[in-house]
Amino acid sequence: MFKFILVKLAQLVPTFIGVTIVAFAFIRLLPGDPILLMAGERGISAERYAQLQAQFGFDRPLPVQYWEFLKGLLHGDLGNSLVTHSPVVGEFFSRFPATMELSLFALAFAVIIGLPAGVLAAIRRGKTLDHTVVGISLTGYSMPIFWWGLLLIMFFSGTLGWTPVSGRISFMYFIEPVTGFMTIDTLLAGDWGAFLSALHHLILPAIVLGTIPLAVIARQTRSSMLEVLGEDYVRTARAKGLSSYRVIMVHTLRNALISVVTVIGLQVGLLLAGAILTETIFSWPGIGKWMIDAISRRDYPSVQGGLVLIAFIVMIVNLLVDLAYGVINPRIRH
Amino acid sequence: MKKTLLAAGVAAMMMGATPVMAKTLVYCSEGSPEGFDPAIYTTSTTFDATSETVFNMLVQFKPGTTELEPAIAKSWEVSDDGLSVTFHLRDDVKFQTTDFFTPSRPLNADDVIWSFERQMDKGNPYYKLANGNFEYFNAMSMGELIKSIEKVDEHTVKFVLTEPNAPFLANLAMPFASIHSQEYEQQLIDEGKPQQANQQPIGTGPFQFVAYREDAAIRYQANPDYFRGKQPIDNLVFAITPDAQVRYQKLMAGECQVMPFPNPSDVKAMKQNDAIQVLQEPGLNVAYLAYNTQEKPFDQPEVRRALNMAINKQAIIDAVFQGAGEVAKNPIPPTMWSYNDAVKDDPYDPEKAKQMLADAGVKNLKMDIWAMPVQRPYMPNARRTAELMQADLAKVGVDVNIVTYEWGEYLKRASAVDRKGAVILGWTGDNGDPDNFMGTLLSCAGVGGANRSQWCYKPFDDLIQQARTLSDQAERAKLYEKAQVIFKQQAPWDTLAHSTVFMPIRKEVTGYVINPLGLHSFEGVDIQE
Repeated sequence: MFKFILVKLAQLVPTFIGVTIVAFAFIRLLPGDPILLMAGERGISAERYAQLQAQFGFDRPLPVQYWEFLKGLLHGDLGNSLVTHSPVVGEFFSRFPATMELSLFALAFAVIIGLPAGVLAAIRRGKTLDHTVVGISLTGYSMPIFWWGLLLIMFFSGTLGWTPVSGRISFMYFIEPVTGFMTIDTLLAGDWGAFLSALHHLILPAIVLGTIPLAVIARQTRSSMLEVLGEDYVRTARAKGLSSYRVIMVHTLRNALISVVTVIGLQVGLLLAGAILTETIFSWPGIGKWMIDAISRRDYPSVQGGLVLIAFIVMIVNLLVDLAYGVINPRIRH
Repeated sequence: MKKTLLAAGVAAMMMGATPVMAKTLVYCSEGSPEGFDPAIYTTSTTFDATSETVFNMLVQFKPGTTELEPAIAKSWEVSDDGLSVTFHLRDDVKFQTTDFFTPSRPLNADDVIWSFERQMDKGNPYYKLANGNFEYFNAMSMGELIKSIEKVDEHTVKFVLTEPNAPFLANLAMPFASIHSQEYEQQLIDEGKPQQANQQPIGTGPFQFVAYREDAAIRYQANPDYFRGKQPIDNLVFAITPDAQVRYQKLMAGECQVMPFPNPSDVKAMKQNDAIQVLQEPGLNVAYLAYNTQEKPFDQPEVRRALNMAINKQAIIDAVFQGAGEVAKNPIPPTMWSYNDAVKDDPYDPEKAKQMLADAGVKNLKMDIWAMPVQRPYMPNARRTAELMQADLAKVGVDVNIVTYEWGEYLKRASAVDRKGAVILGWTGDNGDPDNFMGTLLSCAGVGGANRSQWCYKPFDDLIQQARTLSDQAERAKLYEKAQVIFKQQAPWDTLAHSTVFMPIRKEVTGYVINPLGLHSFEGVDIQE
């Protein structure tokens, strides 16, 4: 197992270097110049432009800029945002818990609904329930997040008034961040009302963000259940006269879960990508919204720093999934 | 209503305030402030959260107008040669007392001097901290304009200028000229954390800063020591809501009481909503099509005027602005002093346009029209505007090719003297002075920069240069009126539109006034229970 972990870790290094190159290049490949954007319609004099270029280091050759970026990265310094002039690392981590909290709730929603739905569809293969699950998951998978989010807001917040329109918590509560997780911080503050408000605010965005992963999980569960149900040992188990509950829960589901766990792990990247849109719709103060702002302002340090941090987090999660996989299924280790 | 009362009550308990009926106003702002030091940023979102709430300037714009009125300075005089301006400060202005700062003295001349020195003195710790990035101060050439600032006595400050400059006073009403507390900032420097001034601002304004949650909300409370008296509302919350549709939903749900920048297409429905009133005003802006007056055949005024006559501007207002705007004839908006209403616009007349082009010897003209890739307050959809122009110009035999670039690139390329074609662009005034439009956008000095028509015309330039040095507003107005006549004859632009600004607020909100400069202020705003 130790060797397995080492190999996996070693594999991360080239990937990570690749990520830094992509992150560095991505924002620079986009047309547009942060300094000109800052100046707006007024324009900027050539001298001032040159002065700012030099100040931000944009006048140096790209390889030098990249090298500086790498050096900073090794010291845990991703530079300062061009817009707010604050350190990128601080800006990222003050917002990241909001994204993580939303993603976890979305994932929980997707698993809690998606897993049983997939299992039921597999058991009732070819029946109405199966067709319904397959149909709904196909629709869910192809749902444009932006449209879906606004639709839910208009119906549940606008028409029915059941859920708040946007934000993370009612403006009445100003909870001092400790963990950055609003649900936890409100409990730490011992403020029950604030906790309920935070939960209330999570409902719609978690549903919107969780819709696509839900569809993926339901479909994956269904197909791997079907696969396992066709295996000889399941037939044997049935032949032994085990109850069908036992056959499904113990013999089938456990084995089917292996591929489902992988799929759930893969959703992390998808969740972070979906968070960008969801956060924009729901004014959710996470990294998604922060990145969108940074990209539109061509805030080079924030974009490249943010991308590297997101990639790093996704890589770590995937590593953990791989390891978990190795634990569930020892054959993988070899 | 019940909800609002409940919210106000709970908010009061949260704030630990004694009156149960604490009034809280929630403003659904469109974005996060970049920071809380108005001197180092340039966006109105940041100014709304800083200079409009926490700070004051020496002078200010009278609410709803572009006229100057006293603020921290109760009066001022300009010397006869125009080279010095002396301000007499109020003696009852206190800096805010918060849980992170308690002032030991009221505002005096030192604070005023400090507020400018931090932007111009390379030795000032704040200058170093910001790397001299005081973009507005620099863009308004304040560093070159101010020779020195002298403390005459505790409550008198004299600015000595390098040349007479009439717009200088209006500049001092701009957010970058907010007055900071020297005592607070010096204290932060001594404690080794000067950057805190940008996170926890202290000013003299109507509201004092309480807390900020990134990208979520900013909380203020009424400043009890405000020199114009405590505000009628107790708490002010900026709920950061970037999506216009979501802001609208929140306004309807009563989750906020005021929202800026509605989608133009939602305005009609808002007006029909009983809970909402929609305030509206012509914006202090202009959208224009700037020819390159150094490119043939656009170097001939007749050709430019012919093209202007071929373009149906009213159709653009109807289709692109959905009626939320008016046709522009002058380079400055009608709400600005010195606007020359006697100027006659070139009428929409394709037949005459054709004739004029033929007379000028222009045949089979092919030209580029540039369409901005972004929506701006003065232009909801440049692409659509360009398409309408394309169709209009085709009718007079001009073949238009629409080009566009990414926004930063667009701004840069549009400035180039040898650029091909006419660009759609515009301007929102930032200090209400005509020089802020004509001097910035049409002077010879602006060629290759903000003067996108690359137009340098001496009779016009002489007038605006002269107007800049006079201190008598009536005399200045005469010169600007003349300049507008010349502008129309020479037609470096096709003046397209002045857009209308809409401000939906809930019915219970009173005292809100639209700021023509596009900022949002809550001084004097109240909520009727």
